[in-house]
Amino acid sequence: MNAELPLWEVFIRPRNGLAHKHAGSVHASDDVMALHAARDVYTRRGEGVSIWVVPSAAMTASDPSEKDQNFEPTASKIYRHPTFYEIPEEVGNM
Amino acid sequence: MYSQGLIGANATTDEDEEFLARFQARIDAEEKIEPNDAMPEGYRRTLVRQIGQHAHSEIVGMLPEGNWITRAPSLRRKAALLAKIQDEGGHGLYLYAAAETLGVSRDEMTEELLSGKAKYSSIFNYPTLTWADIGAIGWLVDGAAIMNQIPLCRCSFGPYARAMIRVCKEESFHQRQGYEIMMTLAKGTPEQKELAQDALNRWWWPSLMMFGPSDSASEHSDQNMKWKIKRFTNDQLRQNFVNATVPQGEHIGLKMPDPDLKWNEKTGDYEFGEINWDEFWRVVKGGGPMNRERIAARRKAWEDGAWVREAAMAHAQKRQARRDAASVAAE
Ligand SMILES: [Fe+2]
Ligand SMILES: [Fe+2]
Repeated sequence: MNAELPLWEVFIRPRNGLAHKHAGSVHASDDVMALHAARDVYTRRGEGVSIWVVPSAAMTASDPSEKDQNFEPTASKIYRHPTFYEIPEEVGNM
Repeated sequence: MYSQGLIGANATTDEDEEFLARFQARIDAEEKIEPNDAMPEGYRRTLVRQIGQHAHSEIVGMLPEGNWITRAPSLRRKAALLAKIQDEGGHGLYLYAAAETLGVSRDEMTEELLSGKAKYSSIFNYPTLTWADIGAIGWLVDGAAIMNQIPLCRCSFGPYARAMIRVCKEESFHQRQGYEIMMTLAKGTPEQKELAQDALNRWWWPSLMMFGPSDSASEHSDQNMKWKIKRFTNDQLRQNFVNATVPQGEHIGLKMPDPDLKWNEKTGDYEFGEINWDEFWRVVKGGGPMNRERIAARRKAWEDGAWVREAAMAHAQKRQARRDAASVAAE
């Protein structure tokens, strides 16, 4: 078996106005073929209006074992949320 | 989309107690496990095997139906069948991609299928002899697949669960187009009705076998339930399928080929006859009427496509080289 076709990550914009969202991946020789394959594999029923493909090798991910140190502190910093501050009701919506 | 009860995966693990307990706690809390998370080797191995078998089943499953595309009785039926088969190809690709997140390569999986090492659902080793078989497959085979796949949407492994959600959305059309074919035949001439009944007679038992060995005979069932890779036992799913399908057959005036089939008022289940497990194991292990032909067809497709893959890669490399040269010239 010869060299495997490169892997691409597929992102699809479901509707005008929404962000592209990861849908899955495809193997393809280049970007043009990857777009074709992504269209055939992930948008057979009007799932999207736009596709991005990115070489999987170009993606960098955060380390799941560092999840706590990366994301835990946000929960303790409650002063970042509006409900932390008490505003008299007469002031109205703020 | 066709997932069979897992055949023969070894789920033993050597990780220490504490690691396993921590992992189990995540599962028990209904957390999804993602590809880069720490996981027991047995969990990874079981999933690689199950998702791989599932993907192979989708791909091989295109063959029996593909056999009838050029002979579909009308353009409407032909368009529907083509779309259905294309969906199955898509299902295979979603699943291969999900398995690849666990560190197995697409080519390794392809190699295992082509060498005959990998298993796939036994149902596809039966021939499609008449047009009515296309109806029976959509109704029964896709129906059984749906029964299997709906709980897999809640599988503990994230990429598999997400692939299953896409797949389940697409399956319902498959079953409905099959049932509609059966219904049309059953309402037709006596010969057409006979065709439908004959297809049901041949596909009923193999469809029940799709749920895999009985729980008492399936070695790794407990561990897979504990890890929430599966949520129901093979026997439970099979019973649900029988309960759902028997009235559908009655509705169009067809008879299930099982003299022991009877409604049990007390349990609310249909009781059904003994499955021929010798046949099941023979077909799973390569002795079905179509095993050789299916693998030969996949091999031929892979080999005949080799020059296309090579040409596409050569073209991509040439384009890249041209782009590199242009950017050097621009500097
Ligand atoms: Fe499918
Ligand atoms: Fe299907």
